[in-house]
Amino acid sequence: MRHSLRLRPSVLASACLAALLPAFALAADPIKIGVIAEAQAVAGSSIAPAAQLAADEINAKGGIDGRKVEIVVYDNHSSAAESVRAFQRAVNEDKVNAVIASYISEVVLALEPWAARLKTVMITPGAASDVITQNIAKDYEHNKYTFHGYLTSSALAGLVCDAAKDLLVTGQKVKTGIIVSEDAAWTTPLDAGYEQCLPKAGIKVLDHIRFSPDTTDFTPIFNKIEGQKPDVMITGISHVGTQPTVQWKSQQVPIAMFGISSQATNSTFWKDTNGATEGVLYQAVSGPGVAVTAKTLPFVDAYVKKYGNNPSYAGYTAYDEVYIIADAVHRAGSTNSDKLVEAMEKTDYTGTIGRVAFKPRGDPNVHGLRTGAGYITGLMLQWQDGKQVNVWPKNLAVGKMKFPAFVKLPAS
Amino acid sequence: MNFWQILIDGFAISSLYALGATGFTLIFGVSGVLNLSHGAIMVAAAVAAWALAGLLQAGPYAAAIGGIAFGMVLTLATYFVAVRPIQRSPRVAEAEKEIFILTATLLWGIIISETIAYFFTNNAKTVLPIVEGVVTVAGVRTPANEYFTAGICWLAIGALWVLVNKTRHGKAVLAASMNPRGVTLLGIELSRIHLAVWLIYGLLASVAGILLGMFLGVSSYSVGPLTASAFSIVVLGGLGSVSGSLIAAYVVGYLETATAYLVSPAYRTIPALLLLVAVMYLRPQGLFGRR
Repeated sequence: MRHSLRLRPSVLASACLAALLPAFALAADPIKIGVIAEAQAVAGSSIAPAAQLAADEINAKGGIDGRKVEIVVYDNHSSAAESVRAFQRAVNEDKVNAVIASYISEVVLALEPWAARLKTVMITPGAASDVITQNIAKDYEHNKYTFHGYLTSSALAGLVCDAAKDLLVTGQKVKTGIIVSEDAAWTTPLDAGYEQCLPKAGIKVLDHIRFSPDTTDFTPIFNKIEGQKPDVMITGISHVGTQPTVQWKSQQVPIAMFGISSQATNSTFWKDTNGATEGVLYQAVSGPGVAVTAKTLPFVDAYVKKYGNNPSYAGYTAYDEVYIIADAVHRAGSTNSDKLVEAMEKTDYTGTIGRVAFKPRGDPNVHGLRTGAGYITGLMLQWQDGKQVNVWPKNLAVGKMKFPAFVKLPAS
Repeated sequence: MNFWQILIDGFAISSLYALGATGFTLIFGVSGVLNLSHGAIMVAAAVAAWALAGLLQAGPYAAAIGGIAFGMVLTLATYFVAVRPIQRSPRVAEAEKEIFILTATLLWGIIISETIAYFFTNNAKTVLPIVEGVVTVAGVRTPANEYFTAGICWLAIGALWVLVNKTRHGKAVLAASMNPRGVTLLGIELSRIHLAVWLIYGLLASVAGILLGMFLGVSSYSVGPLTASAFSIVVLGGLGSVSGSLIAAYVVGYLETATAYLVSPAYRTIPALLLLVAVMYLRPQGLFGRR
């Protein structure tokens, strides 16, 4: 043991040299993008690989203005504290030009002040809390370095309501619902959005259940919900997923689940739940087999070919974000943060999730994504026989809604 | 309605706790080891069963048996890598061995848990249920697998009771827990008893892990809470007392279930912890402790 320890410094030094050599060989400095994400979480584990895939593609075509794109990955172990350390290290030591960070709102909220302090462009591929963009609106000059590359919770709620109106109210005569969400930063604005838009869509909200993300046994929760006899459960779940889904199936809770279920976006969810996810409906910006834009399916194919599984929702956005940052560097002609912010604000880029443009200064969700017709509309997918099938909107639907036998809807 | 629900759900979860805690307390009783890798072994067995079902297209029985086998091998590895070298080491003072083993099993548990997270992510996995469908009793719709879980738990606990109280080998185990020196004088090799107890423990912990995986699903996040709940049940029941652990498991299981139904699922574990604090204060040896 001791011998190998003594050897270590020299081994390390030669390893460092070996790692540095290719850098010297490059003609120009690379554009460095730090990726801080959750390698061990389903939604987070697609972020770094997807970003790397985009960088490889850009580099294969000669880079941006002759500069290669380099991805530096930091595993944050789903911890805000580790993310802050990673951010500091990325900026101060690894000299990254921009950062793509995390699908967890708490993590992005912890990093936002650091993006401001260290004047480094940061974009999130998956966090949803509205507070992220509200902070930018409150103090634009200070917080302008943060961009929201995924939908805000209130935007998500709006898209879920749009889908619920078409699929449930019109199609299935649904009249009542209960909001079921985990207690987290991203669900506070989501729930508020649901409360507002569900009645407008024609669904009366009977109750609003928030549960702790470390809940393991959902039996009491499902029993309480069933007692109130709603037509549907409108979900806001991301940190949990497997357990409520499996128990919904094993207890044969007769109420459909519809809304946001981040873990269900990942292709491994079927295996994780032994197929209990059959019939679960979830909102997403992209999905396998859905050609949201011409770039969506080629990305999924390339990802599957390289990594052997389907990307989670944050994989699509992370992939787009590398292109968005690279495009901004090209237009700004520099990696200077302030110039980069200006260029990012002028983004009009068609990525895998739709046409990406950021809301302008003056908007309460400044630097959030534009949604609605012409921009990002979102999808509603359903797990059917082990596959994620898009059922909404009509022009992108590849199948019709269908439920397991134990689920009862008013029209069925 | 609520009463029956609490009765049925509480019984299933309590039986699982009992099974999980019995092996834990057995090892402590016989060899004085507090095995802090307990939760990790339970989760590893369940994840192995899940992975086998997926990788080899194995049915629920084959997956469960494979998971149990994996759990037992892992338990043996725990014993030979983390516990035995310290027990036999002349460089560690006798008085410090307990704390060394405690630390070693804790680290071993972290290694297992991180390895699971690395290869299988933190997402919870569910083991293929052996029994499908639901049973409605007194107006309460319960998954049939929950009754099956409770049944298996009691079968395992019953078999352990028969083994310990009715067989020669079992009596040797019991004797070793009471007077290890005396057992050695009778010509029985203590290390063989320890090995047997670790194997029995591995079996119980793996079965409990797999049943839990069928019932609630497990992930590397479950490792800490599972060890903690076994630990508090064992302390509540009285360290080393198997019957104490059984009763404590039911007390904790029902307290948690009743809280979840009558107060809120968010406060599920709090009353049981308060009870533990109260018992520690008033009766430090636990409800059925031997001292």
